[in-house]
Amino acid sequence: MCRRVLSKCSLNTSRLGAVPTALGSLSRCPTPLWVQTLSLTPSLTLPCPSSMPSPRVLSLSPESRAQRLPLRSPREGAAGRHDASPQPALLGAEQTQGPQPPLQHLHLHLHLPPPALPMPGAGQRHPRPPSWRRSAQARLRLCPPIVGTEAFPGPCCAEPGAAVMAAALRRLLRAGGRRGAALVAAAAACGPGPQTLRLIYTTTAAWKKNVAASGPEKYTEAFIKKQIEEFNLGKRHLANMMGEDPETFTQEDIDRAIAYLFPSGLFDKRARPMMKHPTEIFPEQRKIQWGEDGRPFHFLFYTGKQSYYSLMHDTYEKLLNVQKHQDQLAAQDLPPQKEKKNLVGSRWLTKTELEEMLLEKLSDDDYSRFIQLLQKLVMMPCGNIEENYIKKFSREISAQLQKVVIEPLKYDEQGVAFSTGEGRRKTSRATVAVYDNGTGKITVNGIDVLHYFPVLQDREQLLFPFQFLDRVGKHDMVCTVSGGGRSSQAGAIRLASAKALRSFVTEKEVEFMRQAGLLTVDPRVKERKKPGQEGARRKFTWKKR
Amino acid sequence: MVRYRGCCCLRGGGHRASKRGGTGEGLGSGGAGAALTGSRRAAGDGLLSEPLGHPDFFNVKELFSMKDLFSARVHLGHKKGCRHRFMEPYIFGCRLDQDIIDLDQTMDHLQLALNFTAHIAYRKGIILFVSRNRQFCHLVESTARECGEYAHTRYWQGGLLTNAHIQFGAGVRLPDLIIFLSSLNNVFEPHVAIRDAAKMNIPTVGVVDTNCNPCLITYPIPGNDDSPTAMELYCKLFKMTIIRAKDYRKQREVFHKLQSKEEGN
Repeated sequence: MCRRVLSKCSLNTSRLGAVPTALGSLSRCPTPLWVQTLSLTPSLTLPCPSSMPSPRVLSLSPESRAQRLPLRSPREGAAGRHDASPQPALLGAEQTQGPQPPLQHLHLHLHLPPPALPMPGAGQRHPRPPSWRRSAQARLRLCPPIVGTEAFPGPCCAEPGAAVMAAALRRLLRAGGRRGAALVAAAAACGPGPQTLRLIYTTTAAWKKNVAASGPEKYTEAFIKKQIEEFNLGKRHLANMMGEDPETFTQEDIDRAIAYLFPSGLFDKRARPMMKHPTEIFPEQRKIQWGEDGRPFHFLFYTGKQSYYSLMHDTYEKLLNVQKHQDQLAAQDLPPQKEKKNLVGSRWLTKTELEEMLLEKLSDDDYSRFIQLLQKLVMMPCGNIEENYIKKFSREISAQLQKVVIEPLKYDEQGVAFSTGEGRRKTSRATVAVYDNGTGKITVNGIDVLHYFPVLQDREQLLFPFQFLDRVGKHDMVCTVSGGGRSSQAGAIRLASAKALRSFVTEKEVEFMRQAGLLTVDPRVKERKKPGQEGARRKFTWKKR
Repeated sequence: MVRYRGCCCLRGGGHRASKRGGTGEGLGSGGAGAALTGSRRAAGDGLLSEPLGHPDFFNVKELFSMKDLFSARVHLGHKKGCRHRFMEPYIFGCRLDQDIIDLDQTMDHLQLALNFTAHIAYRKGIILFVSRNRQFCHLVESTARECGEYAHTRYWQGGLLTNAHIQFGAGVRLPDLIIFLSSLNNVFEPHVAIRDAAKMNIPTVGVVDTNCNPCLITYPIPGNDDSPTAMELYCKLFKMTIIRAKDYRKQREVFHKLQSKEEGN
């Protein structure tokens, strides 16, 4: 973006919101600029609301250049180019400030690339604004000295030489184009000697940061420590703001406070503002793998996948142990142990879980090889010896182990046995109380069933569980139902009454009910409409022309 | 006399230090060597130059005998058809189509190799055991762990030595010696690490069977690499040498420290 292009835009306050910030849509709202989502630093520093100044209006027209913030000060320019902080440079100094009101110290570092100078044709001179030459000189002065190969041979210490150099430089700046050579002039600021201008050619490859080669972001220990300090400080401030005791402010309180202060309509929970401890946000990283003398700590370091191969080595060692034990038993003519570990309710670790455990990336082949080795270990007759080791890599599947508890019968004031049940279908929710010693009277939302469900089909749905158990006319039912339409309400009540009837009935009949589908929640819901189609499945009418 | 072929690192370490700025003292003593301060340099010289005076300073000859090699089946090679041309000097003869390796030569080569390993271990070099034989993978790794060195008996990723600074991170230190307990990989071709070590000026010690190419290996040991007994013997010998050299080093360091304290007083 050239400075000249910017000056042509008519800017007003609302346009400021269009300046790309790292905050997305939040920059338009009057909420403070230090609200951050997961993509930025996690800890929130919240100043007191009373000290918030009004946002400054920045105009980028050339007339207001004098009042504008400096684009890049000589001292900060060199630092800004070479620092390796992971945050975007737009909110430069903000992160280092603690709980002080950050807006007053906001420096908007607009990092503009050096302006592209067009290649003039032979004999032509493009009209340039008068500020261009001055800014070129300024750039010459402001550029920090960069070591590089000198394009111009010979010493240029004498005064006339310097003038020649400057003239040559000006010619080059005019002639220079976008062909990938960035001209960097270094002012040799070496004390009281004559100022020499050295022309150094570099390419973008020399000064541009190769984002692809740098790999995933690496966080130093000092950085993480600082984040933890900021988090703790921010936590105390948040507690003060909410009027609670900072000492007993737990993570749930933090979450509630953030949800209250920064309400968000975003669907994805991970995109909403959050304030969590840095260890939960920054992934655990491998520290440096070798000591001061350069010797790596782990004996399998040079394989590249030390944790994984070490794991394979240890597992194989357990296998050899088991084999040795088996051989010993065989030598003593004793039979191998017959107790088998029941693998029914357990599963092996998934690949992701194993990667988290080892802090290393695995390939699918590696993972499958490891699981096969574990299987082999378990299948051996004396595999029980290494049960503790195997337990580390297996997880219980809780869903299978949970047994559904059937509630016992309850008794009301008259001593009549009753049982309750809940059911749902589509968007309907129903609660039902089934009473014993009844006559088959059914009340729905205080209304008799014949008036509430005029259609026979719905009443048949309500009847089905009783019909299945041959208990038609033996129970009374009181239901409450809400949501959905007539059919889905009927389905919800049917499920609820079936669940309630489990308490009156033997286990065998409960199993029959389950097999009949009376106890299963109907998962069918309305399928959403897709764009480009008329409905969920119906496409628009196909026209040949 | 210390005999070596190809590239070697015990003579002046100047060019090697410039190639890889390693912090191994014997190998970088002429180079960056920031570890040694002025006062330590005098003691350091004595510490490092003392073992170089004797051809078999660590007395590795006593660790093995011809009988041990024979009973461990080290002399048994592959069939005549698998013979590698460059292994012919090391073969004693061929009986019923099976090549027999000359154990006299093996003894000499083994002594040289163990002596070299001991010197490297004495100078705190990094030793990497490499073998691609699945049968002995666990044995080799255990041996390496027990003597405090490193092992690689798994799939060799292409740039481990030649692209180490990218794969491991900047400032990584490469091995100073690579010991091949089996110099072929799973498809019966020479292990890539032999060529890479030669590229990176890393000396190698290797057990070469009759079907192997001994060319780029600095200290070849003609011998059987397929029998469990032979492999256990090699592992035992290397482990004992390394531990012996390291213990001796510790002793000498303590001795020199006491000496310098006395001089200081």
